[in-house]
Amino acid sequence: MKRVNAVVIGAGAGGGVVAKELAEAGLSVVLLERGKWYTPFDGRKDDLRNQRTTVLGNAFGPDDARNPRVAVDLQGRAHLVRASGPGYSNNAACVGGGTLSYGAMAWRYMERDFRMRSTYGQVAGSTLADWPISYDDLEPYYEKAEWEIGVSGDDSGNPFRGPRRKPLPMPPLAPNREFEILYPAAKRLGLHPFHIPMLRNSVPYNGRGPCMRCRWCVGFACEVNAKCGTQNTVIPKALATGNCELRTECMTRLILTDARGRTAGIEYFDARGRLQRQDADLVVVACGAVESARLLLNSRSALFPHGLGNRYDWVGRNLQGHCYTGAFGILPEDVYDDLGPGASIAICDYNHGNPGLAGGAMLANEFIRLPYQFVGMLPPEVPQWGPEHKDFMRRYFRRTVAVQGPTQEMPMFSARADVDPTVRDYWGIPVARLSGDKHPHTIEIGTFTAGKAEEWLREAGAVRTWKKLPGPGFTGGQHQAGTCRMGDDPKTSVVNRNCQVHEIDNLFVIDASVHVTNGGFNPVLTIMANAYRASDFLIKGWKGTRYR
Amino acid sequence: MDRRRFFVAGLAGAAAGCARYEKRPPGAWRFLTAEEARILEAACAHIIPEDRDPGAKTAGVAIYIDRQLTCFYKPLQKTYRQGIAALGRDFADLPTAAQLARLRRLEQDPATKAFFEMLVAHTMQGFYGDPRHGGNRGRVSWKMLGVASPPVRGRA
Repeated sequence: MKRVNAVVIGAGAGGGVVAKELAEAGLSVVLLERGKWYTPFDGRKDDLRNQRTTVLGNAFGPDDARNPRVAVDLQGRAHLVRASGPGYSNNAACVGGGTLSYGAMAWRYMERDFRMRSTYGQVAGSTLADWPISYDDLEPYYEKAEWEIGVSGDDSGNPFRGPRRKPLPMPPLAPNREFEILYPAAKRLGLHPFHIPMLRNSVPYNGRGPCMRCRWCVGFACEVNAKCGTQNTVIPKALATGNCELRTECMTRLILTDARGRTAGIEYFDARGRLQRQDADLVVVACGAVESARLLLNSRSALFPHGLGNRYDWVGRNLQGHCYTGAFGILPEDVYDDLGPGASIAICDYNHGNPGLAGGAMLANEFIRLPYQFVGMLPPEVPQWGPEHKDFMRRYFRRTVAVQGPTQEMPMFSARADVDPTVRDYWGIPVARLSGDKHPHTIEIGTFTAGKAEEWLREAGAVRTWKKLPGPGFTGGQHQAGTCRMGDDPKTSVVNRNCQVHEIDNLFVIDASVHVTNGGFNPVLTIMANAYRASDFLIKGWKGTRYR
Repeated sequence: MDRRRFFVAGLAGAAAGCARYEKRPPGAWRFLTAEEARILEAACAHIIPEDRDPGAKTAGVAIYIDRQLTCFYKPLQKTYRQGIAALGRDFADLPTAAQLARLRRLEQDPATKAFFEMLVAHTMQGFYGDPRHGGNRGRVSWKMLGVASPPVRGRA
């Protein structure tokens, strides 16, 4: 393969942005993706086979047959898990990555989310730390992501957000019935409700139409292309420059290093399973927290016997996603209005400043539920089957509201993505091995916010409520983060503040792996903003020919 | 690569995981024997019974499970064969109370508990899931819940 300036591995939230920024700056780029490129026409509405309900498989990858993983349970027993099964911590494998089928909440982290250690001090048993960058460093890039990729919503009613220079480019969608009920209830409680920012067209934007408000939203590709992911925004722009080549169904085996310890390129298996070599001046790893760590750890050589960036054993550590907790409530009358995306109203009153707790979570009403999903939401006292179960479904499907939020987790050194010593995937590459637990304080915080969700629902008139409480075990999944921590000290982090691997100046990790902490929010807008910021640094360095 | 190739690749992706449901002559079962199917139908009918609205039997939940057993749930064929055997050959002909007692025993016995829980989950899928997989015939569960079907599109 012809030598190029940059190889970007992974065409998701981070990789898509980087490919576009580099290609527009004139670098020749190869963007590799292990999955396929789906079009809006593949947006099949299948309640049992999508990215959220995977009982009949993942709609957008990875496929079960080729991509096993090993998950270690709390008793230390290792289990072989399949991609659509429980314990896998899956994120979609396709062009756009998770952004093809996500719910598309577009949160900026709050100022204190970047300064968790300074705000709350040391938390015993946790590797809680500050980010080396601040909200202000990221603010211009949040704005760029909001305007280039497209965000609708209105957070002017949120007094807890960090300062912004520009409003969101699109207004929010018209409120659904849950919004109408939860808004006044939150106001009565003295809270500050507002319209959730979403990477979704509410009006025509970027040459695509608005949301048609169907119920197949989170977990599905948008049939009318109204959700804004990297696959329908920055990646087409990258290709339009003529500088970027996208290669799909290409599985990267390892990153090559030369005798001087610099990155030389990569080896990958192409769509036909042939081993290929792609030489490059620099390599950007953007495979998601689990797969990015796996790739670095699998790229061993004489100079790097423990894998790349892993001199101090930090690669794969601090695996974290979000522990989702909240509550369900039955209202006196029907609230189900069949209007997607469903999630519409949020509060940030409980993200910080909770007495005795080192953090919190944003709380929002849940995405519109499909009938089969409701089966898993019933209160504990309802029988699992039989006439009462059916009757509960019939009576309360249209009357139930869910409010929940992603608890900001206390990172744990022992929660990790490692590589398994024996199990290999279809291509013969050692698979990821996931292990670890949640920090007990994460469970305390999640329990607290679940109680607050319940209070909100009661105020809204719920006649019966029940909580969704946190369980044990590490998290990961679609919000996976933390495995290649960003930091100034090479002894306690993997990449520097510019996402450059400490020991190797032409190797970058640009995805949620670098998140020091993961906010009490969906992480995607932060991944995109940080990708814009890291690209800026990379291009400046390139113009000084630092990587050649 | 051109646009067309992406499109074709996408279609292939939609059908992946399980290439296609096996063809079968009308009225016949794909994996289950007629006797097993009768037992399975009787068991599912207790998990989601008929009342003023149709239950698992009318919705074709056994058809859903039978189809999946030749497809995505192929690895579970043996488990189902053993599980149905544990219900007993006479299960379908027992009086209702005796059937329920046997199901409760299956639910509590550590040896069969996992099978029973799986059967409940699959019954829920076949009843509340998408009709394209063989269950939820006539969208009966969606009608019961009052969920618009076919969906209303193009509202703002």
